[in-house]
Amino acid sequence: MIQLKGLTKRYGTFTAVDAINLHVPRGQLFGFLGPNGAGKTTTLRMIAGILRPTAGTVHIDGIDVVDDPIAAKAVLGYIPDRPFIYEKLTGAEFLRFVAGLYGQDGPVIERRMTELLTLFDLIEWRDELVESYSHGMRQKLIISSAFLHKPKVIVVDEPMVGLDPKAARILKDLFREYTKRGHTILMSTHTLEVAESVCDRVAIIQGGRIRAAGTMDELYQNVGAGAKGLEELFLRLTGENAARELVEVLDA
Amino acid sequence: MPEGSSAPRRTSAEVTGPRRVTGRQAVLSVVESATDPLQHGKLPDPSYNHLLRPKVLTAVSRAAKTGDRSHGWRWTVVAAIGLLFWSFVLFVLTRVLTVFRNTPEIGSLLAGKVLGLVFISFFMILLLSNIITALSTFFLAKDLELLVSAPVNWLTLYAAKLTESMLHSSWMIGLMAVPIFAAYGWVYQGGLIFPFIAIATFIPFLIIPAVVGAAIVIVLVNAFPARRTKDILSIVAVLTGAGVVLLFRLLRPEKFARPEGLQSLVDFITLLRAPTAPYLPSEWVQRTIMSSLEGKTDWLALYLLWTTAGAALVMGARLHQSLYTAGYTKAQESTQRWVRGRIVRRAGHFVLQPFGILRRELVMKELRVFFRDTTQWSQLILLAVLVIVYVFNVKFLPLSGAGITTFLVNTIPFLNLGLAGFVLASVAARFIFPAVSVEGRTLWLLKSSPLPMRALLWSKFWIGTLPLLALAVGIIGVTDAMLQVTQFIFAVSIFTIVFLTFAIAGLALGLGAVFPQYDTENAAQIPTSFGGLVFMMLSAGLVGGVVLLEARPVYGYLTAEAFGGVPDPMDMYVGFGLAGLLCLLCTFVPITVALRRLERLEL
Repeated sequence: MIQLKGLTKRYGTFTAVDAINLHVPRGQLFGFLGPNGAGKTTTLRMIAGILRPTAGTVHIDGIDVVDDPIAAKAVLGYIPDRPFIYEKLTGAEFLRFVAGLYGQDGPVIERRMTELLTLFDLIEWRDELVESYSHGMRQKLIISSAFLHKPKVIVVDEPMVGLDPKAARILKDLFREYTKRGHTILMSTHTLEVAESVCDRVAIIQGGRIRAAGTMDELYQNVGAGAKGLEELFLRLTGENAARELVEVLDA
Repeated sequence: MPEGSSAPRRTSAEVTGPRRVTGRQAVLSVVESATDPLQHGKLPDPSYNHLLRPKVLTAVSRAAKTGDRSHGWRWTVVAAIGLLFWSFVLFVLTRVLTVFRNTPEIGSLLAGKVLGLVFISFFMILLLSNIITALSTFFLAKDLELLVSAPVNWLTLYAAKLTESMLHSSWMIGLMAVPIFAAYGWVYQGGLIFPFIAIATFIPFLIIPAVVGAAIVIVLVNAFPARRTKDILSIVAVLTGAGVVLLFRLLRPEKFARPEGLQSLVDFITLLRAPTAPYLPSEWVQRTIMSSLEGKTDWLALYLLWTTAGAALVMGARLHQSLYTAGYTKAQESTQRWVRGRIVRRAGHFVLQPFGILRRELVMKELRVFFRDTTQWSQLILLAVLVIVYVFNVKFLPLSGAGITTFLVNTIPFLNLGLAGFVLASVAARFIFPAVSVEGRTLWLLKSSPLPMRALLWSKFWIGTLPLLALAVGIIGVTDAMLQVTQFIFAVSIFTIVFLTFAIAGLALGLGAVFPQYDTENAAQIPTSFGGLVFMMLSAGLVGGVVLLEARPVYGYLTAEAFGGVPDPMDMYVGFGLAGLLCLLCTFVPITVALRRLERLEL
């Protein structure tokens, strides 16, 4: 469903994403893990058609994002890490606007808005201006907007940030049920527990390159022999010196 | 279509109904809902109206807020000032045009020339304003991420963003044009058809610079390998400077001010008849309006306006189609990723050593934030243009020839102080007034640290005041030298401008803290707030007050110089003393009030 071939992004001499190859099949919840600055967000933004790749291709549902952006974006829902919402719109107005961007309106969308706002406990706030929303409420609203048109693929950057435990739990359930019904989700996250509990497969990215990819079992088998969990595996791949550096900092 | 959505708004109670669904049920109802992104098997195509809808709703929401009693009085003040301005322009222009109309032979030529000069200035302002606005609307606006990641057609996006950019850049010119058209229509009895002709002329006149501005920005964003917004803005600044100089050469205002320099009346009429800039839309506006007022409408000029606007739109859209996607990607990469600030840091440490670590770091932070903030940079362009126009105006003042006495030559630099004061006030409104507001998002840090608010305010005061002082002394020194004033006038103008600079800076900083805009994301919008207006009015009062207080001693001195005698020393002490006192009060009182506000501020 998502196919990245030799995907590369360079900023001047700095290579943020370095020839990534990745295939996320239909109906899978795929976790994209990596330390800060590893290239996760840049990759997701290229998939969403916001950044143009320096080299390589992105296909969504068989459609090239650069060659046919409208068709590719029509089947995609994107949740950025620092989302923008029009402050002077109400939650409902914002959702109607986003639905309209995907060519949808009418009673079906009104019903769907109600379902999503109810799910995320925002229904009482639907007619309040977004400027009065808390950080977590904004996050829930933007997540609702991505599910509104029921896209085949959802690309989501750090979805759990700012969510209360109940909303985080609902979101995990929603992701699982959504992928069970044949949709695909690519999610970047720092929360290893989330990745471990909900993702079918994960890829660990560092320095713009994928260091390892596969199911949890495959990762433990191939690169994490003896590791006591994803955290240890992650640290082995991305930051084995972290503990030593920590001691040095504390002793300084 | 989306905007046709007519689903009635329901309250949350109606929507939820009596049944509360459990979390699991809610998740299932969401994932099993029957919405299909490719409804009816065709690709979504959100309309132009739909893209502009959030902006319209935002405007409606703001207007509703304005209707509140707490905001109402502010807008009443703004509306009253606007009406006053309109009435003033209408009054002056009606008087001038009536004189022209009663002057045989050259009267209507002069009226046409004035209209041409006004519209060529409008055109240049619109072009510059559109360039700056288009950079932000097309490439830096925060809603772009949402719109670009959605299946929005390139042409729809272009049309919506162009409209947004045009409205933002042109509304002020639109408001200014109303009394001008009204005065021409009134004096030359344009009749009922005239407003329609004026509107039909003005619309393409606004479209053309909007399209050209957007096209220039798209090319610049694509062309720059360095991909840094700052570089683009520097180029725009250079182009603008060149444009202003070119404009002045086109206009040759000194010729109109000194008709006696021409051989004969025939020469003067020939000069008036010559088109100012035959290939610019401003000329076509002038031709259409004047010909319509004289009863023989020049349809060719109107045709030229509309066809040029149409052709520009088509070419602009084609350019957008081929360059926008690449440009948008580049614009996102344009953020300066690495800053090599070692030399600046060392220099800063050396220079600011005596002020201690706290003040040093505050000053360094202010300077860094300012020079890395592109919205601030774009304002520097406006400042540069303002100064260029100012100096050029002084350079071309007709201060020689018959009837020009030493008295007059020395009076003008003194009045020049007033003009310089207004220039300083508008610069301070741009750069010093927002200084406290821009801390909005970091106030938690400043308030929770052991930083005394006094140190913060005074650091901001000096950082804003010193460049302002350099500018003030620079323009007054240069213009005084150009005008070859006496030593006394030179000393008076330099001392006055120094005191005025401190006072204007104090007012700007203080009122900026009293009327803060902590939530704004764009520092460029802060000066146009209500507090900004109050600041401008008080500054105008201050500048006017100082000039009035000093007028008597300066008049006394100049009269004594011209006709012999000794100026009254008491006049000198009282006049200059009171002016100085007024300046000192305006420097310290607002800062003291601001300090109290900041110390009591609860986040």
